[in-house]
Parts: sequence; C-alpha cells; structure tokens
Amino acid sequence: MSDAAIETQGLVREFKKGPRAVDGIDLRVEPGEVYGFLGPNGAGKSTTVHMLTTLLPPSAGRAWVAGHDIVEDGAAVRATIGAALQDAALDPYLTGREHMKLQTALHGMRGAEARERSDALLQRVGLVQAADRRVGGYSGGMKRRLDLALALVHRPRILFLDEPTTGLDPQSRSALWEEVQRLAADRGVTVFLTTQYLEEADVLADRVGIIDRGHIVAEGTPEELKAEIGRPSVEAIPRDPDQLAYTKQVLARFGESVTGSPKGASVRLSGGDAQLAEVVRALDAANIEIQELQLHAPTLDDVFLAKTGRSLEGEAEREVAAA
Amino acid sequence: MSEVALLAQRSVVRTLRQPAMVVPSLVFPLLLLSINTSGLETATHLPGFPTNSYFQFALAIPFIQGALFSANSAGTNVASDIESGFLNRLALTPLRRVSLMLGQLTGILALGLIQALTFVVVGLAFGDGIAAGPAGVVVLVLLSLTISLAFGAIGAFVALRAGNGEAVQGTFPLFFAALFLSSMSLPRDLIETDWFRTVATWNPVSYMLEGIRSLVIEGWDAEALALGFACAGGIALIAVAAAGSALRTRMVRT
Repeated sequence: MSDAAIETQGLVREFKKGPRAVDGIDLRVEPGEVYGFLGPNGAGKSTTVHMLTTLLPPSAGRAWVAGHDIVEDGAAVRATIGAALQDAALDPYLTGREHMKLQTALHGMRGAEARERSDALLQRVGLVQAADRRVGGYSGGMKRRLDLALALVHRPRILFLDEPTTGLDPQSRSALWEEVQRLAADRGVTVFLTTQYLEEADVLADRVGIIDRGHIVAEGTPEELKAEIGRPSVEAIPRDPDQLAYTKQVLARFGESVTGSPKGASVRLSGGDAQLAEVVRALDAANIEIQELQLHAPTLDDVFLAKTGRSLEGEAEREVAAA
Repeated sequence: MSEVALLAQRSVVRTLRQPAMVVPSLVFPLLLLSINTSGLETATHLPGFPTNSYFQFALAIPFIQGALFSANSAGTNVASDIESGFLNRLALTPLRRVSLMLGQLTGILALGLIQALTFVVVGLAFGDGIAAGPAGVVVLVLLSLTISLAFGAIGAFVALRAGNGEAVQGTFPLFFAALFLSSMSLPRDLIETDWFRTVATWNPVSYMLEGIRSLVIEGWDAEALALGFACAGGIALIAVAAAGSALRTRMVRT
C-alpha cells in the first residue's frame, strides 16, 4: 500500500490495433499537491486519468490512488476521488439542482443533508441563481463549474480534472483556476490536473509532469523544469526585413537558434541574460537597425521543445488549423 | 428514494422535457390509426373479418407503434448518456449496474404507461369500448407495457453496443418493417399472399397485436393472450439480458 496520494509503476494502456496510449508511466503525487499533467492532444493524458479513476483497466503496470490498488480495489478508489472528466458530462434536460440531487443521492446522502450539501456547492461555484435552469442553456464555464461541484459532492480527498478549462473564455478559465487553488489551499485536496495549456500548468501546478506519446518526458516544479533549460532566449526583429539573414548570422555567435517570430532571429543565450549587452553592441557594430528586441525567460514550452524537439504551442496551432 | 427510482425519475423527466420525443410517440400512432380506419373500413366486409368496425380492429396498432417509439427514445437517451460522458459520471458513483438498468427500464415503462392510457382513452372515446371490460383494460395495459419493455430494451441494447444515437435511429425502420409485415392490417387468415402470410405467422409482432386485439374485439381469448404475453415477455427477457450484458461491457470499471 502506497502512502502517496497517487502512485503509478510502469502503467501501460494498449488499445487494440492502436499504439500504446500510455507506455510505462511512473509517477508519484503527494497528498495535498496540485499535479499538472501537461501534454498535447493524444499524448495519453486522458487515458491515464481514465485508468486512475478506475474507468479503464490498465494493460500492464500498477497504480494506487489514496493507497488503494486501482484494479483490485476500484470501489475504494471511487469512494475517495472526485472527477470532472473531459467535456462536462451533464444532462442538458436536467437543471443544475436536479443534477446535484441525483449526485448526492447516488452518494448516499438524503433529505436535509443532501439539500445543504447541494446548496453549499452551488453557492461555492456561483451557480445559485442558475440552479433551477436546465443545463442545456448554461455557458461552457457554467457547465464546467457545475461539473466541478458534482465532483465534490462526497468530499473527495483527491480530485481529477481532465482538461477542465479547454474551450473556456479567459474569465471563466481564471474563475475555475481560483476555485481549484482554493480547494487545494483550504481543504488540502490533492488535484491531478491534465492540461494542454502551458499557462494553466504554470499557474496551478505545484509539480508538472510533461507527457508526450505515452511517456513522461520531464517532471518537476515549473521552476525546476524551466531552470533545467536555464538560459533565456533573445529575439531581434530588424527594421529592414532584408537584414534578417545578417541578423541571424550576428546572433548565431551567442547561442543556438530557437523558434521565434518569422520576422526575427532568436537564439538561446549560451551565457545567460548577462550577454544581452553584448548582443546589443554586436548588432550596433554590424549596423543593423533593430525594430524590436526581446529577452524571453524560459517557459514550459521551451522545456517541451527541449525534451521532444517539438513546440507544444506549435502542436496546438496545428490542431486548430487542422480542425 | 432508491437508486432505481431516482434514475427512473430522471429518465421520465428528461424524456418528458423533449416534446419532439413524446409528441410523435402519441400523435403518429393515432394519425396512422385514423388513416387506416378511414382507408380500410371496407375490409370489414371481407368474409371472416372479426368485427364490423375497422377502428376496433386497428386500435391494437398504436400500442405497438407507441412501443416502437419507446425503443427509439430509450435508445437515444442511453446513447446520449454515453456520448456526453454521463454514463462515466454514474460509473464513478457507488451506483450498481443493475440499478442503472432497472432505472432506465422503469423510465421506459413510465412512458409506455402514458402511451397506453392515451390509446385506451382514445379507444373508449371513439370506438365501441373494450370487449373484455374494465379488467380487460388492465390486462391490455399490462400487455402494452410488456411490449414497451421489450422494444425499449432492444433500443437500450443497440445504444449500449454501438455507443451512438445514429445506430439507434438506424434500427427504427427495421422495427417498422416488422410492424408492417405482421397482421397489422388484416387477420392472418385473410392475408391472401402466401409469403406475406408466412412472414406474418412467424413474426412475433402479429401475436402481440392479436393479444391486444382479442381484448378489444372478442373479450377473453386465453390462447391469443398467452401468445401475446409469451412473445412480448420472451423478447423482453432476451433484450433485457442482452442490454445488461452490453452495459457490463460499456460501463467498465475495475
């Protein structure tokens, strides 16, 4: 029995005629921690969550949630966890309050206890006014908040949130972030959060696991991961586009080239941000008139790029374009 | 309230809140009844026709047709729960699978009851009454509910196996073909085309129709009722077992 909130050892899920969606994941999430599971679509995030929430048996490996084996003791796992899975799983023909009534009853609450719990949670997620309206008329953010309230009905110690803010407007997204932060801070709830948004992982997660093609390629606090990359990058956009190639040539002296704006030259500074003054002097000596010069601190996307050779933001843009 | 009652309540509430699902299941069977009655009244002049009112003869059809709509609505509701992830939400609660199945089936029966009572009222208002009397009405409603359960469970089975609403919609025409290839329009012994008579004789829908028809036209006919209940009950048993098995596969949890 594991003392971690969540622990996996060599967790694998293979689908018939498909690749290994999850290919030997080892991870450990401590009680009270917010763990961000970051990766592009199809990386294996949701499959991992489905296994950890007992909805999908693993093909190999083992995992424990709240100390319970997910295969041998599924019922105990379910009693301990709450989950808001990808796409709010709601019935458009029922009201918010009817959802709460059903969920509280299915968790064994009756009468006044169920009503009080429903009211408290509806209040918590700001849905009291809309509680008697059918969910079909809710906005995406309202649906997500109701989904979260439903996941909290039985006071779970561990909460799984599978891409909770995908498709939400910035205001709804930050409202949900606040709620997740409050849950972790006030109630000590362990949160396992999957996301494809770098900012979300950066803002919310105590630790981040980066998953790509079924493998965890990096793990640590956002600061540790960014420190691994260590060096900032500088981007220079010449006023005269014809000088772009020359600008790249000058900047190449300061470090390896990285992806940036197509109008500019970007390099990761091999000597860190102390080199910035040298960069400015070199560009000036080369008579390149600069329109814009930016120093970028390392981001989680840089970490993803360093570990996989691809940009997470680039992946998202390609997915949008393909759609 | 028990798990089953809660889920049955949800099933009924969500169905009643979809007029596009409820209204056609009441209106179309009655429309077909009125069209058949006005168009086929002369069939009552055929020697051996069991009644001189085609309305009385055709009154059994809406009960079956209503049950076919039950199959559609049950299947569509189940498919929508799968597609939306609602089934996963239920799977994460301590809910037992059998309760979920019973809840869905109770919902089907509730809709079936509304349909059956509507058709009985129409039959009493516009026809010559139910020959088997008040007790016959009770038996008629019971038979009608068994038929609704049978077709509803088939709809739920298809949805659970396929996991999408399109598959459920795709089976709807097959159900109607089964209705039209039965003794819906004429008693079997008056169907002159051999292949049609043979198909109608092998078609269990014929016996469901004839069970209801016997109560409306003749009174108490033990053989017709036994065959009607046996066909509907048999299909219900098989379909519920198949739907239960499909639910076990669909609602996987460790």
